[in-house]
Amino acid sequence: MIWNDEFETLPREAIESLQLKRLQQTVERVYATVPFYRESFRQAGISPADIKSLSDLQRLPFTLKQDMRDNYPYGLFAVPLEQIVRIHASSGTTGKPTVVGYTRRDIETWTELMARSFVAAGAHKGDVIHNAYGYGLFTGGLGAHYGAERLGASVIPMSGGNTKKQLMIMQDFGSTVLTCTPSYSLFLAEVAAEEGIDIRNLKLKVGILGAEPWSEKMRQEIEDKLNIKAIDIYGLSEILGPGVAIECIEAQNGLHIWEDHFIPEIIDPETGKVLPIGEKGELVITTISKEGIPLIRYRTRDITRLIQEPCICGRTHARIERLSGRSDDMLIIRGVNVFPSQIESVLFNIEGVEPHYQLIVEREGNLDTLEVQVEVNEQTFSDEIKILQELAGKIKKDIKDLLGVTCKVRLVEPKSITRSEGKAKRVIDNRIKES
Amino acid sequence: MKVEQISIFIENKSGRLAEVSGILGQAGVNIRALSLADTSDFGILRLIVNDTEKALSILRDHNFTVSKTEVIGVEVPDTPGGLSSILQILDQNNVNVEYMYAFVERSGDNAVIIFRFDHVDEAISALTRNGVKILKGEQLTKI
Repeated sequence: MIWNDEFETLPREAIESLQLKRLQQTVERVYATVPFYRESFRQAGISPADIKSLSDLQRLPFTLKQDMRDNYPYGLFAVPLEQIVRIHASSGTTGKPTVVGYTRRDIETWTELMARSFVAAGAHKGDVIHNAYGYGLFTGGLGAHYGAERLGASVIPMSGGNTKKQLMIMQDFGSTVLTCTPSYSLFLAEVAAEEGIDIRNLKLKVGILGAEPWSEKMRQEIEDKLNIKAIDIYGLSEILGPGVAIECIEAQNGLHIWEDHFIPEIIDPETGKVLPIGEKGELVITTISKEGIPLIRYRTRDITRLIQEPCICGRTHARIERLSGRSDDMLIIRGVNVFPSQIESVLFNIEGVEPHYQLIVEREGNLDTLEVQVEVNEQTFSDEIKILQELAGKIKKDIKDLLGVTCKVRLVEPKSITRSEGKAKRVIDNRIKES
Repeated sequence: MKVEQISIFIENKSGRLAEVSGILGQAGVNIRALSLADTSDFGILRLIVNDTEKALSILRDHNFTVSKTEVIGVEVPDTPGGLSSILQILDQNNVNVEYMYAFVERSGDNAVIIFRFDHVDEAISALTRNGVKILKGEQLTKI
């Protein structure tokens, strides 16, 4: 099933001519209305009139997450605030969030793309969509919600948490489609087992899972434990929210990125050069229909490759391969973005603590766990257990206060954290190994 | 009156205690008393040795985190109620025991207990006022 036959199956030439037209409009608009872009184009020595073909996109400068922070909150908006009907912000990081604004037409586009995504995942009118993405500033909840309504499905706006109630409603309301993070779907299965609920025999048939990295092995585990099809969905608030790309249920092999609204490129994260189709690198996305906050060549830091071969589902839009990492050191822990430098700043602010630390990320059972190992030195060492435990407790609390992530703090012996080439290896992410 | 004790931070990993005792043994340092306090992740090994400075420097050379703490060694009658009589004196004088452990050897007919107090000087004066014998460092290492 395809939601929008006309656009989802456009021949490649038609996609590309639509992309060029929309790219030119977008570039003209941001040049005229966003001082940041006018300045960055000027520095790159390029003007909107220079964009004559899609390959000219490569001449435009990148937009970084830092540029959004520098222009906090509304500096990158391309329309006056009175045309913005909704504001969302990114999850979890320290300091100022990244803010995005949607015009009425942006919400319309998002709703359309989420409806397409639901259908690609095998959902349709008549489904009961159990939406356990968080509602609020985070784009997940509301993004999925409006797409599901557009589809004509019955939406249960559950939001996150309260797992036993989720299970009760799932049973009583007959939920058929589950939208949440992959790890939460496994957590639901675990709690169901504890409660004596046979989750495999509920009406659930599909899980539309995203907002954190997951592996093929985890997909199999989810499909086994919940007896559903587990579909990978990709999105980021800077670009839109959920619904930028999704797997089709027919192939479950790569995520179709809606090319009539986004232009994906794969670049070498070191040199910034565009790589040939099929090579692995960092995903860069240009929005070509957005009004509120159009972004030119936004560096997602997600590592993937582009697949342009036709898909068995009939959609012509290119696919991105399941994400295989990040080009920066950002970790996503239970949906929260964590940079090692933030942990370092917490340690730096505690007297006596040296920034010799290591982050160990695991997926224990179904939830991500973060262990922060900190070396004890003679300044922080005490002869009394309780003082050391207070130190560990303070580090834990400060990390929780700053990042919103609960971690375990383990004090370790000095020089026990491996140093390679004089530089410590900061992160050991054992979640990646499983795939 | 006070005795120097070495405390060593040790992760809960197999072989760490053996390593510490091996390092000290090779350096010719004799361990006179020890206690290990532990949590699920780490422990603190407390030692009284015959050469504190040597032990400290050799352990630091081996990248251990160490500290020096003042404790006192108290002679306790080796009879039922012996320890209780000492603790009552301390309690009456509002001195708290942070931790304590027994010395391996006896001093004459008495047992020896190592104490770490929150207020060391008050503890010493209360105990001596009540006729409790406190051992000096060199006495302890010679037992």
